[in-house]
Amino acid sequence: MDSTRPAIKTRNLTRKFGDFSAVDNISFEISKGEIFGFLGANGAGKTTAIRMLIGLLTPTSGEASVAGFDVFTEAEAIKNRIGYMSQKFSLYADLTVWENIRLYGGIYGLPMETVKAKADDLLKTLQLSDARDKRIGSLPLGWKQKLAFSVAVLHEPDIVFLDEPTGGVDPITRRQFWEQIYEVTEGGTTVFVTTHYMDEAEYCDRVSIMVDGVIEALDTPSGLKEEFKADNIEEVFIELARGADRSQN
Amino acid sequence: MNIVEVKNISKSYGKTTALDDLSFEVAGGELFGFIGPDGAGKTSLFRILTTLTKPDCGTANVLGMDVIEDYRSLRPLLGYMPGQFALYQDLSVRENMNFFASVFGTSLEENYDLVAPIYSQLEKFEDRLAGALSGGMKQKLALSCALIHKPELLVLDEPTTGVDAVSRQEFWEMLRRLNDEGITVIASTPYMDEAGQCDRVALIDEGNILQIDTPENIVRSFRKPILAVKATSMYRLIKELRGYPWTHSVQPFGEYVHYTEQREEPNIDELEAYLTDAGLSGISIKPTSPDIEDSFIALMKDNHTHG
Repeated sequence: MDSTRPAIKTRNLTRKFGDFSAVDNISFEISKGEIFGFLGANGAGKTTAIRMLIGLLTPTSGEASVAGFDVFTEAEAIKNRIGYMSQKFSLYADLTVWENIRLYGGIYGLPMETVKAKADDLLKTLQLSDARDKRIGSLPLGWKQKLAFSVAVLHEPDIVFLDEPTGGVDPITRRQFWEQIYEVTEGGTTVFVTTHYMDEAEYCDRVSIMVDGVIEALDTPSGLKEEFKADNIEEVFIELARGADRSQN
Repeated sequence: MNIVEVKNISKSYGKTTALDDLSFEVAGGELFGFIGPDGAGKTSLFRILTTLTKPDCGTANVLGMDVIEDYRSLRPLLGYMPGQFALYQDLSVRENMNFFASVFGTSLEENYDLVAPIYSQLEKFEDRLAGALSGGMKQKLALSCALIHKPELLVLDEPTTGVDAVSRQEFWEMLRRLNDEGITVIASTPYMDEAGQCDRVALIDEGNILQIDTPENIVRSFRKPILAVKATSMYRLIKELRGYPWTHSVQPFGEYVHYTEQREEPNIDELEAYLTDAGLSGISIKPTSPDIEDSFIALMKDNHTHG
């Protein structure tokens, strides 16, 4: 991918369901290698926005390109160039570590030799070589999450989408996870994170806060704290989201 | 007076130890928090306190009653909100309330004053199915149902997991109001930043209590001076700091890295020169105060070393 072109670009991106604008004219650009935090209250429209960006939902109007591909006309090409990980669903609990890696490598069309080599590498890095033939379900949560992230970037995507990636893990594992993220962004991968936990937002290069389908704020964490005279992103978020109409039902 | 007295409780599931010789007390009128990651043992402990499962050994006394011997007399005095949404999704808001009230031989009308501050926010959706509520509203309904029989002790297992920051803040405000009215509250959360909402907290990991104290004292017991360090490349900053001869610990904390030294007092100028020589740009170094996660990390490491 061209390094000067934004990894994600949207202009007036909108999605309506009937008369209801779930996402209402959002515009932003995310650079290559950036860690972008996408925040919003329940019902703010985050999930709809992400589904458009990963090629699962066609927008009603506006423009958006992801990894250089148009969300209207090239949704299938987008799917090949992105990775996705969520805490709720990532790896198959009843498959082994190796079977999961092989499955995802296959889905992304990697040759078997590449999958094998990458599996060896990542298991060594994560110190999980002994767990290769263990079922995912038997591993501690922290291991699963680190592994899920490695699998989500196995095919070296341009952009990886993380949906509440570190909820519930201990603070040491959480930091090891963020170090993994720093490492892939150092190599030029863009990271798009959604989370309800505002201290996670502080790890991002820039953060947007969505309220009732609209992006109400977008800046670096320190820029937002300064603008709203707040000590942390949580205060900024509560200030913006408390008045939201959609959270009250 | 202590409302909860737990002595030397252990619980295992097969080879997995969920609780490893826990002892603690909760005084009447406290808002007490159990803070720890998934798998720490919070749910097992709460199920023992609410008489839903038995410990392998040790004793637990709640409201002056033994959780095993006296479970029948104890249950009506407890309000329990489990971690999974446990209401009937295919009953309406009002039907759920009526059901839980009738199970405890009471009615919504009888205890309306107690639940009113919370339930009033749900009244306009009384006919909606519980399954169709938003996360924040489900949580309010679950709390109303756990409260409807006017319990003396409220036990809430991860009530704020999965809901947005505004709903979480409101939820803690509701718990504080109930607590002000004399209900003792024990709640768990995996989110360290919620510690400050409690009178006292127990930090829990791998079935062990790492520390019990007020949130202020827990933070104060972290002795080492911490430097908050920032540079343009976080990845390279962490690598270089780990290679510094005086390094004790290096942990990312949002926009900064929290750095502690083996020496009593770190030398900021020397560190800055070292990082500059390593080719880093945008360097900023300033002393900072520890937060609850610094404490938790240090205690976890101790627990692993000695345990």
